[in-house]
Amino acid sequence: MGIQFSLGVVLAIAVAALVGAQVKGLQYVLGILLPYAAFATFLVGFVWRVLYWAKSPVPFRIPTTAGQEFSLPWIKQAKLDNPSTLPGVLGRMFFEVFLFRSLFRNTKAELRSGNLVYGPSKWLWLFALLFHWSFFVIAVRHFRLFMEPVPGFVQLFDHLDGILQVGAPPLYLTDVFFTLAILFLLGRRFLDAKVRSLSLPADYFPLFLLLGIAVTGILMRFFVRVDIVGIKSILVGLATFHPTLPDGIGAIFFVHVAFVSTLLAYFPFSKLMHFGGVFLSPTRNLANNNRMVRHVNPWNYPVKVHTYEAYENEFRDIMKDAGIPVEKE
Amino acid sequence: MYDLNKILVGLAIFLLFFTFPILYGMGSAVPAPKPKLDTPEIQKLTDKKCVEDTHFMRTSHMQFLNYWRDKAVREDQRTYDSKLNGKKYDISLQNTCMKCHSNKKDFCDSCHTYASVKPYCWDCHIEPKAAKESM
Repeated sequence: MGIQFSLGVVLAIAVAALVGAQVKGLQYVLGILLPYAAFATFLVGFVWRVLYWAKSPVPFRIPTTAGQEFSLPWIKQAKLDNPSTLPGVLGRMFFEVFLFRSLFRNTKAELRSGNLVYGPSKWLWLFALLFHWSFFVIAVRHFRLFMEPVPGFVQLFDHLDGILQVGAPPLYLTDVFFTLAILFLLGRRFLDAKVRSLSLPADYFPLFLLLGIAVTGILMRFFVRVDIVGIKSILVGLATFHPTLPDGIGAIFFVHVAFVSTLLAYFPFSKLMHFGGVFLSPTRNLANNNRMVRHVNPWNYPVKVHTYEAYENEFRDIMKDAGIPVEKE
Repeated sequence: MYDLNKILVGLAIFLLFFTFPILYGMGSAVPAPKPKLDTPEIQKLTDKKCVEDTHFMRTSHMQFLNYWRDKAVREDQRTYDSKLNGKKYDISLQNTCMKCHSNKKDFCDSCHTYASVKPYCWDCHIEPKAAKESM
């Protein structure tokens, strides 16, 4: 059900863009207005969503992360998994954000001859890592179409990505990795009954959309060639707020742009916000220093505190009379 | 808001990354390059046509050159029948392509630099002289 619906929506976007690309006026909508609107939605929506999350109080550090917490001197602390200091937290966040350490520890439960056994399962981690890093490289590579002159680091990404020099234009490694990884992530939802049973349209739709972006991009580069100089003039026009729309741009470009615009506009309202959310994971970004630092529950009423010192000041004479020891005479 | 300072730093990095191309351009228009087609050899032509039509050459010349390379180097076929006008052309980058488009700097490089493309034609082929001197 979710599969047909998500695929249907993605195909509908493609057909709408193909039809729209035939009319010059609609090309203006698809190539200029839609990207602007989608990009604005993305930026504003993303910031709004993160600020919305920032309003959630963080009352107490969550110490139940894997690894030994800071304890007595003769008990070895797991400094990376259960840090009590800022550098430790930065280390844990680095491995989480850049290398998906939590996912690396993913395990798989299986029935083997009647016994439930747990074993390592690294494929999801591997393809997730491939997918995200390829996506990042592809995004940076695309800067060459928005910027003139093209900065050196973008050229370097482009050069390294095509370093195998297969064919002309050269095959990008990330195109291969990205497509394979999406197919794995989709195949996992199709073929694994456990994962399929908890997959929703919100899981399939982004995957089909990303597959659509990859396929149209690869088609444009290798099979249905488009005028790259014309396309760059559109995109530089967008980035410099001098929009232009030259003639003779292939319809597939507008499909690609419609897909990317959909992705950008959909982003802040979807599971894709894990991009921002990973930085706000309380079990990852909070040092386990509950026993060293006093954390006051943020929604507490301002409690009137009666300290022992004040108590003793108030009752000192009575305490002395009753023979109770006091700290101050 | 909790930990607002840290969150604002994160959001600033996010916004800087995604608006980098916009900030880089600073809103000043950059016209697309126009490759120059006024070499003496082209002006001598009565029918100013490339080996195939303009749209095909503009979008797919790199695949076409790759095809020519395979024909010449791997299959030893040195003649190409144009689908545009049925003429026969010598399959040769230096003697056919570069004969007309002798202005590498104003023709090839103008778009290649703009699109940040670095073809490795000249790893093997000899660059046209004019381009070399100016480099």
